[in-house]
Amino acid sequence: MSTNYIGKSVKRVEDKRFVTGKGNYTDDIVLPGMTHGMFVRSPYAHAKIKGIDTAAAQQMPGVVAIFTGADLAEVNGVPCGWQVNFKSGDTMKEPKHPLLAHGKALHVGDPVAFVIAETREQAKDAADAVEVDYEELPAVTNPAAGVQAGAPLVHDEAPGNVAFDWELGNPKAEVDAALAAAAHVTTLEFVNQRMAPNAIEPRSYIGAYDTTSDKYTLYTSTQNPHLIRLLMCAFVLGIPEHKVRVVGPDVGGGFGSKIFHYTEEALITWCAQKISRPVKWTSTRSEAFMLDAHGRDHVTKAQMGFDANGKITALKVHTYANMGAFLSTFAPAVPTYLHGTLLQGLYTTPKINVDVTAVFTHTNAVDAYRGAGRPEATYLLERLIDLSALEMGVDPVELRLKNLIPPFDGVTQPGYQTQVALQYDSGNYQGVIEKGLAMLGYADFRKAQKEAAESGKLLGVGFSTYIEACGIAPSAVVGSLGARAGLYEVGQVRVQPTGKVSVFTGAHSHGQGHETTFAQVVADKLGIPMEDVDIVHGDSDTVAFGMGTYGSRSLAVGGSAIIKSIDKIVEKGKKIAAHKLEAAPGDMEFANGKFTVKGTDKSLSFGDIALTAYVPHVYPADLEPGLDFSSFYDPTNFTYPFGCHIAVVEVEQETGKVALKRFIAVDDVGNVINPMIVDGQIHGGVAQGIGQALFEGVEYDENGQMTNASYMDYCMPRADDLPMFETGSQVTPCPHNPLGVKGAGEAGCIGSTPAVVNAVIDALWSGGHKVRDILMPLTPERVWTAMQ
Amino acid sequence: MIPTTFEYTKATTVADAIAALGNGDGKILAGGHSLVPALKLRLNQPERLVDISQIAELRAIREENGGLVIGAAATHNDIATNPLVRSKLPMFAESAGQIGDVQVRNRGTIGGSLAHADPAADWSAVVLAAGATIAVQGPKGARKIAASDFFTGIFMTALAEDEIITAIHVPVVAGARATYQKFAQPASRFALVGCAAQRTPDGQVHIAFTGLSDTPHRDHAAEAAVSGKPLDAAAIAAAAAAAGEGVSINVDHYASEKYRKHLAKVYLKRALEAIA
Repeated sequence: MSTNYIGKSVKRVEDKRFVTGKGNYTDDIVLPGMTHGMFVRSPYAHAKIKGIDTAAAQQMPGVVAIFTGADLAEVNGVPCGWQVNFKSGDTMKEPKHPLLAHGKALHVGDPVAFVIAETREQAKDAADAVEVDYEELPAVTNPAAGVQAGAPLVHDEAPGNVAFDWELGNPKAEVDAALAAAAHVTTLEFVNQRMAPNAIEPRSYIGAYDTTSDKYTLYTSTQNPHLIRLLMCAFVLGIPEHKVRVVGPDVGGGFGSKIFHYTEEALITWCAQKISRPVKWTSTRSEAFMLDAHGRDHVTKAQMGFDANGKITALKVHTYANMGAFLSTFAPAVPTYLHGTLLQGLYTTPKINVDVTAVFTHTNAVDAYRGAGRPEATYLLERLIDLSALEMGVDPVELRLKNLIPPFDGVTQPGYQTQVALQYDSGNYQGVIEKGLAMLGYADFRKAQKEAAESGKLLGVGFSTYIEACGIAPSAVVGSLGARAGLYEVGQVRVQPTGKVSVFTGAHSHGQGHETTFAQVVADKLGIPMEDVDIVHGDSDTVAFGMGTYGSRSLAVGGSAIIKSIDKIVEKGKKIAAHKLEAAPGDMEFANGKFTVKGTDKSLSFGDIALTAYVPHVYPADLEPGLDFSSFYDPTNFTYPFGCHIAVVEVEQETGKVALKRFIAVDDVGNVINPMIVDGQIHGGVAQGIGQALFEGVEYDENGQMTNASYMDYCMPRADDLPMFETGSQVTPCPHNPLGVKGAGEAGCIGSTPAVVNAVIDALWSGGHKVRDILMPLTPERVWTAMQ
Repeated sequence: MIPTTFEYTKATTVADAIAALGNGDGKILAGGHSLVPALKLRLNQPERLVDISQIAELRAIREENGGLVIGAAATHNDIATNPLVRSKLPMFAESAGQIGDVQVRNRGTIGGSLAHADPAADWSAVVLAAGATIAVQGPKGARKIAASDFFTGIFMTALAEDEIITAIHVPVVAGARATYQKFAQPASRFALVGCAAQRTPDGQVHIAFTGLSDTPHRDHAAEAAVSGKPLDAAAIAAAAAAAGEGVSINVDHYASEKYRKHLAKVYLKRALEAIA
């Protein structure tokens, strides 16, 4: 049949179960004989653990077992998945991250004991009865403070609290010389604040162990079950992988925070074997705020130089990146290869140097959070260029256009080689800016702004352009950069005898809509109804292998793996059809679900061929039965979505309150399979980026206590904070993957934050308040104070 | 996020509720929007909960002696949508509609909010400015507490541990104008500063603040600046100048002392302009 799903806003297949409450999340799963665990956690950011008394807790009703760090002294810690060595060549400092703290607690919430009981309530009561004798020690939470002489040390083996330092780009001396020769240099010291990811489903794990088969099962709210299995088996517990099944069932959002291998996952699996009963642990919301790996947290100094014509001549950046107390799975990659490499932005800057110092502090781990490094890079560039325009008295859009990389398709024209290691695949950067300006009505806006200023109202517009590297990632490239895993993806397409199709993908859907988008692709490619395609993901016993979902990679990498398998199916189908139709395989063509002898009306349907493959009575002698192929796809390059975001705000003079009046997002994410889903991703990402600009941010006090670890204090963006988003799109296909897709999951979150902050600064300047920077989130008080 | 063990009693009459409450180790459960989060965080560990949400007489809103009597278990939504309240005490409907979100308004109650005495709750400023009295009942009988005597500190009231609030009595003064204006804390949407103001035809003005300090209170200096005078720009400016002076101002990460005091002045001005 002729199908036409690609490019259509097909309604999400998975939504029926989600909106009717039929989703099956880890916490919904109940295993026979299951026990429940609760943690005793350090109330101090830095403390010596002088003693743990579990005697009273052991006697509490329902208690099954209590484990402390001493019980796990011989068990490995969770590993870091990415090694970034010092500039000197010295190995990155990677202190053991134990499953339970032993001897010292290094951040608030560091787990000190794990109490397992028959019910969750009993476990909580018993956990409260565990007595821990702490000696509180001084703590440091800010990375720039952490490197100062005399700062409290997080790990003895990391002097100065430095995990590693790292540099990329042109030699510093060349960049310094270019800055010295510049007609104008804009310098900005700023903070990209720490974010709490706030997935709606708290992390939840069930460990189970079968004594008969010696097999382990871990149910986990993860974005990448196979990666968790690999890390946990090979690095932590030393259990052979074939004895471990890891299942990531329905997962309620991740935003990066569910990529990482957490200590609780390994601990619960270890405990299940020790007590020979399943153990469940579900994070409380308080634990989620404090302990789901945070994002961002950079303290940065950046300088941008311009010649007399307004051309950027140099960019120099130094960042202190907060790692927290331990190196989380991808943490070292975030401020380096996902941040430093994006500092070219969309501009032709000829000299760039970026220097990063990664610092341990007595805080929760920081790792990839929607965008991961790329929002930090974009924020830096777009704040600098806007501020430069204000300082030089030129139009911020003209300044951008003057420095823009010209269009290239990556096919007839080569990719664009940046000063910071990447080669952009294809781009038409001017196009998205022009489209955004047209949607805004720029000239009219400036007129309205002037009139508003005359009547005492502060209107502002803020621009941001961005480029991101996603579709992560070519394994050889990331391997050379320190990744300890390959970042290909696996796609298996199993055609059933009746012509129905099961697709097994190593990508994992936790809100992205894979069950819909992937099915659209497969149905179109095979010419069958979408209902005949089932997308299976999230179970290491069902899906051969996979690297999971993050870095806007699922369709670009996972989808490409599926396409490879479909190609193999079509090729084999042609041989079967040719045999049955007594033609040569080379004379067969496949379209609209039919294998046809070219130039004839002799054809067989996809269903006929599927049945023949499994009932091979009339069949090529040299061909195996069956129609089931698995493929690994390793991309040849990253993909590079880009866009232009524009915010319009009004600032209330009397209170500093910012009202976001308009938000325009023009994004080029390559080819689009499902426009509704892409729009949804953009909307969610934009809201999240606005959240960082105006509302969100983890606050630690000087003792390392998170002071806003609840929704009463940590402000998430809400619908009534946001205008109706105006989205526009442009399509520049990716030249190096079969679908021409680039990825859309993070784009909104990357482009939006600086647009909003720039708009607020623009509004203040319109009223004569020449403010250079305001610390995010731009709370009313901070904006009001900036105007005083 | 798991409460300690407690007994649960569903009371059907006020007398039952008082009997079940006991002295000091029980807690009244009405809408649960303040109590249940505290239970889940184990900040509050009562021996028993006495659920009063099904006592019909506590939920009624009626006229009495020219004023309105609002049952303690009336929800914020009951009050926001009640025709009597809307016509006779529009400030109460206006402020009720600003509390939390729909879910909160459908469960949270005025009595619960007053008894909890969160220093940033909306109702406190409103009952103070309206000159309301709080009717309470305990084993020793019933009594009435003027709103101005009710709030005694942060999460503290004149309510005894064995008493429950039964109703809020609000005088209705013909021709009075009143409003509640708040600057919402961005995350909780409680009042970072809330200002309620009421002007009666005799020119007397009541001004009350919530969110500004540990204890919701009338601002007598600001009242003096406008009472008995025309509410013109000069009088309003004088009241704003007086507002928030001489009280210990709350500080949190959404507002320093300086900013909160500034907001008090801005919101007082807005409130007075709204009723001028």
